[in-house]
Amino acid sequence: MQDTIDYSVLDAAIEEFGAKESSLIAVLQRAQEVYRYLPAEIFPYLSAKLGISEAKIYGVATFYENFSLEKKGKYVIKVCDGTACHVRHSVPILEALRKELGLSAEKKTTDDGMFTVETVSCLGACSSAPAVMVNDEIYPTMNPDKAIALVISLQGVKNA
Amino acid sequence: MDKKFMTIDGKTVEINGERNILEVARKAGIDIPAFCYDPELSVYGACRMCVFENERGAIDASCSAQPRDGMVIKTNTPKLRKYRKTVLELLLSNHCRDCTVCPKNNKCKLQEFALRYNLSDVRFPNDYNDASKDTSSYSIVRDSKKCILCGKCVRTCNEIQNVGAIDYGFRSSKMKIVTAFDGEIANSPCVGCGQCAAVCPVGAITVKDDSEKVWNALSDPNTEVSVQVAPAVRVALGKEFGLKEGEPLMGKLVFALKALGFDKVYDTSLGADITIFEEAAEFADRLANGGVMPMFTSCCPAWIKHAEHKHPELLNNISTCRSPMQMFASVIKHEYKGDKKHVHVAVMPCTAKKFEAKRDEFTAKDGSKTVDYVLSTQEIIAMIKTAGINFAEAENCPPDNPFEEFTGGGVIFGVTGGVTEAVLRFVSKDKSDKALKEIAYTGVRGLKGVKEATVKIAGKDVRIAVVSGLANADALIEKIEKGEVKYDFIEVMACPTGCINGGGQPRAELKDRILRADGLYKADEAEVKRASDENVLVKEMLSKMDKHLKHELLHTTYIKR
Repeated sequence: MQDTIDYSVLDAAIEEFGAKESSLIAVLQRAQEVYRYLPAEIFPYLSAKLGISEAKIYGVATFYENFSLEKKGKYVIKVCDGTACHVRHSVPILEALRKELGLSAEKKTTDDGMFTVETVSCLGACSSAPAVMVNDEIYPTMNPDKAIALVISLQGVKNA
Repeated sequence: MDKKFMTIDGKTVEINGERNILEVARKAGIDIPAFCYDPELSVYGACRMCVFENERGAIDASCSAQPRDGMVIKTNTPKLRKYRKTVLELLLSNHCRDCTVCPKNNKCKLQEFALRYNLSDVRFPNDYNDASKDTSSYSIVRDSKKCILCGKCVRTCNEIQNVGAIDYGFRSSKMKIVTAFDGEIANSPCVGCGQCAAVCPVGAITVKDDSEKVWNALSDPNTEVSVQVAPAVRVALGKEFGLKEGEPLMGKLVFALKALGFDKVYDTSLGADITIFEEAAEFADRLANGGVMPMFTSCCPAWIKHAEHKHPELLNNISTCRSPMQMFASVIKHEYKGDKKHVHVAVMPCTAKKFEAKRDEFTAKDGSKTVDYVLSTQEIIAMIKTAGINFAEAENCPPDNPFEEFTGGGVIFGVTGGVTEAVLRFVSKDKSDKALKEIAYTGVRGLKGVKEATVKIAGKDVRIAVVSGLANADALIEKIEKGEVKYDFIEVMACPTGCINGGGQPRAELKDRILRADGLYKADEAEVKRASDENVLVKEMLSKMDKHLKHELLHTTYIKR
């Protein structure tokens, strides 16, 4: 858990992409990667550094689905619901995961901050449909049972 | 010469560097409808009302299409009418249609176009997001259920004012105009200039209405209500009463305010005269004694708030003078000798004045605000109409004792360059018409966003800049901070062209602003005394004040926000 904001992450990203308006998305992606969401505290910082109003940064952050203003879980589980995954029954996987973790379409992150379950429109892993991605790792040809087993194994990592 | 022509609705029109087909058509007198297009803003191309049809029957938006030599287009065909009607129906389908209780009733573009395109029915269910209004600002009210997402407010806030309080948030059907984190506008860097309300074609952003509180004060027999009227108001209300745009109508307005029940009516031009005395003295002092330079003017409350947000390093460069409204109000409240409760109202072209009046710095001895209520020009017009006063036929009345005297120097505060010109008149020993004319030609006049002049004062070359529009101010400040330019005196007005185009005025296109500026200069020329130091009343008043009292009544401080 990253509780205090480490601004050096932003500084490094700004250094890399340039202190200009057009670097905003790249810098936000870096922030999202490191903090796993876009903390409110970084808005005034980026506004001053990149010369963009906080309102505009908020506009960009709310436009793209990939950016989150809320803290995500340690494990972000993305259930692919693209056409290939959908026809090979991705929805039951999603439902099983939500049921197992007590989540819904509105409540996406568990209270203990361990898991976030969301859908994506395509992971580009259609040949392994239905696919699930946990953080940066793809889990191919899933079904509800395998998904639950995956969650349990991840919980085991936590308890270990 | 290679002249270029295009044909619009069978009319041959010359193309002369216009930025789009829409401008060419409007030049030819063809009024293509548009919500999101504004000649002073960038092209957004969102509303799709300004469509045209080419020879092959293809449809495109005239705001984002370039005119080409030999082009033949039509702007009013069955296909286009159908297209526009559908656009209107879609806009109306998620628009709150309670027109009769909307502040923009009868001034709304959506209403106007629905009528113009003879819309008799909307095929889609009326389903809008019934979010509550944002009434957090003293200056404006935001009502998202009236918003048609034309983006004029966003572009004005960013491009003209460089404030960036609002932007487009979310996307698709969830898109809306937001502040950062979709919070209340009062907690944003909004400066309250009201230019967003001025450009809003519908009722999504409107001027905060404080008239009810003033009506209550007026009907209370135990309250004496005094009112001051800013210079720019007098040239902005004629059209609303069937008179000419830009005609100076202070005399009629005094009559109307008396008829509304105001006990004392004063002219803020006197406050402007006081400001000139104080500001000129402060400038001379800074110049002679090596004070912080350059000195920025402090009349405009939107500029002040902007500087407090964005330029805290400049707060010592801003004149400590209160605005004319605040100086005058402090004096009026200080001098009030009556037994009744005293309420002071200011009629202003400005929405930022509503915020200024609430600032902690401006509290009278009795604990009240020095200005109890600020009414915009729009609100006072509405009140005059409510009372059924025949404004067009009203007699001309002078302002009341004991503050009846004012000069032309105070009157021209209402237009960009006016404050500077008044200062130059003040410091000029020669007050002849010829001398005043020379001052007028130094470069301080005209409606350009940035003006420069160099004037000799007390043997020294004084470099002056006059800016209106906060984006222009920010660009100038950047140049100053980089050392590219150097000035001694800088006049800043937040609204482009100054108070004549204030956020609280009836909407003024550029051509209307020219008329309003002319009207103010006409009113100035009608005065016998045109330099503020000729105001005997102010001179005597100031001579009786000691340094401490002047500080208490006429000067102020700023805070970093």
